[in-house]
Amino acid sequence: MRLINRKPGRPLALFLMLVPFVAVIVAYMVGSDMRLSVNPADKLLPAPSTIADTAARLFTEGDRRTGRVLLWYDTAVSLRRLGIGVGIAALSGLVFGLLIGLLPHVRAGLAGFVAVLSMVPPLAILPILFIVFGLGETSKIVLIVIGITPFLIRDLSQRVIDIPREQIVKAETLGASSLVIALRVALPQIMPRLIQAVRLSLGPAWLFLIAAEAIASDLGLGYRIFLVRRYLAMDVILTYVLWITLLAFLIDLVLRWLSRRLYPWAGAGL
Amino acid sequence: MSFVTVRNIFQSYGTRPILERVNLDVAEGTFVSIVGASGCGKSTFLRLLLAEERPTRGEIRIDGAPPALEPGRERGVVFQRYSVFPHMTVLDNIVAADAFTRRFGLLFGAERRAARARAAETLDRIGLGHMAEAYPAALSGGMQQRLAIGQALTARPRILLLDEPFGALDPGTRLAMHDFLLELKAGTNMTVFMVTHDIEEGFKLGDRLIVFDKPRWDPTDPNAYGATITYDLDTRRRDEGIQTLLEETNVHRPA
Repeated sequence: MRLINRKPGRPLALFLMLVPFVAVIVAYMVGSDMRLSVNPADKLLPAPSTIADTAARLFTEGDRRTGRVLLWYDTAVSLRRLGIGVGIAALSGLVFGLLIGLLPHVRAGLAGFVAVLSMVPPLAILPILFIVFGLGETSKIVLIVIGITPFLIRDLSQRVIDIPREQIVKAETLGASSLVIALRVALPQIMPRLIQAVRLSLGPAWLFLIAAEAIASDLGLGYRIFLVRRYLAMDVILTYVLWITLLAFLIDLVLRWLSRRLYPWAGAGL
Repeated sequence: MSFVTVRNIFQSYGTRPILERVNLDVAEGTFVSIVGASGCGKSTFLRLLLAEERPTRGEIRIDGAPPALEPGRERGVVFQRYSVFPHMTVLDNIVAADAFTRRFGLLFGAERRAARARAAETLDRIGLGHMAEAYPAALSGGMQQRLAIGQALTARPRILLLDEPFGALDPGTRLAMHDFLLELKAGTNMTVFMVTHDIEEGFKLGDRLIVFDKPRWDPTDPNAYGATITYDLDTRRRDEGIQTLLEETNVHRPA
């Protein structure tokens, strides 16, 4: 039988899914153990138990000076920046996607511009953003917005263009105006796609957020990671990385659930 | 007398002629079947009737009104596919025929309740009452087309255009749809144009059957000439067979 036709059973599939996770953990444990047995003060690969202790401390114990549990403050601040940035990007992606997709005049005017805009590397203009918007919240949010909006606009406008011509003509024969076609035919059909596109752009959004925080901030997950780097505090860094991964995973899960829940008609497309 | 008037239509895409010298007069309440080989402009003709495209030359008038610039409520249409809105329930698809005329495409209060009640009646009439809250994806092909026809008729168009509406259906469902359409036709005095590949279907449903073909044919350049109506048959007068034959004027005979 050909390899492409051999399929794992359920237990085997589950086992295979766990293998890479276990392999990474085991490799880390072995490496950590080897280094620690040579030098008990080694900071590069702290023992898993050390990481667990550090994580417990970070999640529960307050800062010595202010008494605030910094990890939660970092999380709140970062998620707020991410939320506002992605929210603004999603909204403008939706509006411009609809306009470009439905109106030939807007398409003629903006489609090329957006295509060029999406080629600008967002991190390269981060210094400009710091100069223009200062080092506060605005520049970080704007970086996320600039980073993912062109992708969202292009994806959503293409999705609007892909709506079968028959549906648009049908709506016209039912007396729908351009506004009604936008609101009742195009908008609901690209909403599940918007959620999908936001899920895809969350990766870049985190990247831009952490980059901006690393360079200039006084609170935030990215800031903390780059701050403790100076002390080689691998246990803190790893805790934060795992925490960010978990957050990203949960956000993705929630968005997927939301999309299935709100748009049952979209079916297998999600 | 003539409800739909087609005068001297020419349609070209770029330099390529598709239709030439198309003339047609159709009385109100006539069911016109349109047949022809692939690429003979019958779908183009339907798009012209729909006003989705405008002819290069000539004009189409419905009840003497000026030629339309874009599709509107006076024209109803059912395509082979994608004729219903996948994101609306079956009931909302019918309600849309009323709601879409509003500023934001929505109905409120008593109006909304009345429209939903009317839509429920329509669904019962077309045999989809039990599927009102389902989404079109859950419907069979025949049910979807019944819904599309019901939706188009709810807008009370002057003419109904069907672009191979049963082309994607299996033969059994197709026959059921014929009965459904004949019933509807008996109940209303709708003027219908139906493009079909199936000549039997054309004869069975149509009061009139028109054939699109290329009267002139250049073997070295098959796209040099456009198509026109070459046969115009009254299918209700079977005893006399072919009533109007445009062959004399339209078909080029080799010398």
